[in-house]
Amino acid sequence: MKQNSPIIKIKNLTKVFNRIHVVDDLSVNFLAGERIALIGQNGAGKTTLIRCILGHYVYDGDVSVLGMNPRLHRKNVLKRVGFIPQLPPPLRLTVKELLEFFSRLTKTKKDAFIEVADSLGLSVKEHWTKPFFKLSGGMKQKLLISLALGRDIDILIMDEPTANLDPKAREKFIELLSRFNKKTLMILSSHRISEIENLISRVVEMDYGRAALDKILIKI
Amino acid sequence: MNGFNHIVNLDIRQTLRSKWFWGYSILFGGFVALMFASGITESQIIGFLGLGRLMITFIQICISILPIFVLISTVRSVVGDRESNVLEYMLSMPISLGGYYWGKLAGRFITVFIPVFLALLGAVAWGTFSNITVPWDVFIFYSLLLASMIICFLGISIFISTLSRSQELAISMAFITWLILVAFLDLILLGVMLRFRVDAGVIISIAMFNPLQVFRTAAIALFDPNLTVLGPASYYILDRVSQPVFVGFSIAYPTLLGSLLAWLGFRSFKRSDLI
Repeated sequence: MKQNSPIIKIKNLTKVFNRIHVVDDLSVNFLAGERIALIGQNGAGKTTLIRCILGHYVYDGDVSVLGMNPRLHRKNVLKRVGFIPQLPPPLRLTVKELLEFFSRLTKTKKDAFIEVADSLGLSVKEHWTKPFFKLSGGMKQKLLISLALGRDIDILIMDEPTANLDPKAREKFIELLSRFNKKTLMILSSHRISEIENLISRVVEMDYGRAALDKILIKI
Repeated sequence: MNGFNHIVNLDIRQTLRSKWFWGYSILFGGFVALMFASGITESQIIGFLGLGRLMITFIQICISILPIFVLISTVRSVVGDRESNVLEYMLSMPISLGGYYWGKLAGRFITVFIPVFLALLGAVAWGTFSNITVPWDVFIFYSLLLASMIICFLGISIFISTLSRSQELAISMAFITWLILVAFLDLILLGVMLRFRVDAGVIISIAMFNPLQVFRTAAIALFDPNLTVLGPASYYILDRVSQPVFVGFSIAYPTLLGSLLAWLGFRSFKRSDLI
């Protein structure tokens, strides 16, 4: 994937819930290698935009991810996308089972995930047989980050990824992101822009479903 | 269907960790053990005796418990995953929608069918060990009937689960569905028929569309061709179709009904917002 080439193209995207335009005629392109801070108040449309990119929602307009429609080619799109959710899901799998499941699904060695978890200060082997939902909030988030960063991807989407992390883990996480593949497009939805200001190259502020501000800080 | 095997495996593993699964397995295994302990294989009622008597009692218990159990336990699967953010995370992985949906359904079928089948198989094993004649035709038919019943109610459940936007709504819908099916069993139909002088053919057609009625009639049809122990609707049905035809219908119709509803649920799942 070439840097500077748009890998997410959004044209006239509209998503309506109960007659409310949560995303309203949004057109924006995201380039390979960009580090985008997606900011805005609650209900501004950040999560809805992310979910449209991931192919979770039916929408009006066009969304192209890596040249594919995420609704029609979701499996091929998602092979190249890493996602860290805002709230860790209450998975009943043990840590071992989750890693094995993810490893088989993405054809990535378990050790790659374990290595990222180690660097975040999570010793996976100590919690090997513990169900995921019984881990602390911070541990869950670290594990989800490891699953997203431990494999080869073109796009990394993070919805409030640092919400459950302590300051030290946040610092390590930001450091990990700064060392991550420079060609990978990163989209970080966050309220804490101060934490990520050294990392980001572009800010997109959402307001009432539109891009109220789209500012390039560093040209890629 | 990439991801199908992984999801089946995942669903089974998660179920094996659930309390409901072990409670369910112990319940049905316990029924068979209890029936042996109470000497049911040595008693005889209206021609039912031996292992056949045990099997028919077991299948009657299954017909009473399994539908509502499958409905309540499965109806929360998709909508529950949606509400708890599990679906959002799972569907951000490179799994096809078909792989996820059918994998969940297959995983649930295996975990619901295996305990009741093993209970039936256990009865056969114990019967063989105790030198009691094993009615193999009944065993095979009841195994198929159990599979058909589970597919039918899994299909209904996942259809409701996919269409519902909250777990409360899904459970209410499942319960209402079950109440309607119970309400349209033959005895109630008889009352309706007498009260409103509705054409018997119409009443029986309704009964024939009710999978619960089909299972009840089919369970007894092998032993009691005259259906003396059943209500008038069942008698009416067997008066018009031969026993082998009805036996085939009792397996095929609920299986097709469940598969059709599961497919409709998948169609809706695929075409609407996933979360």
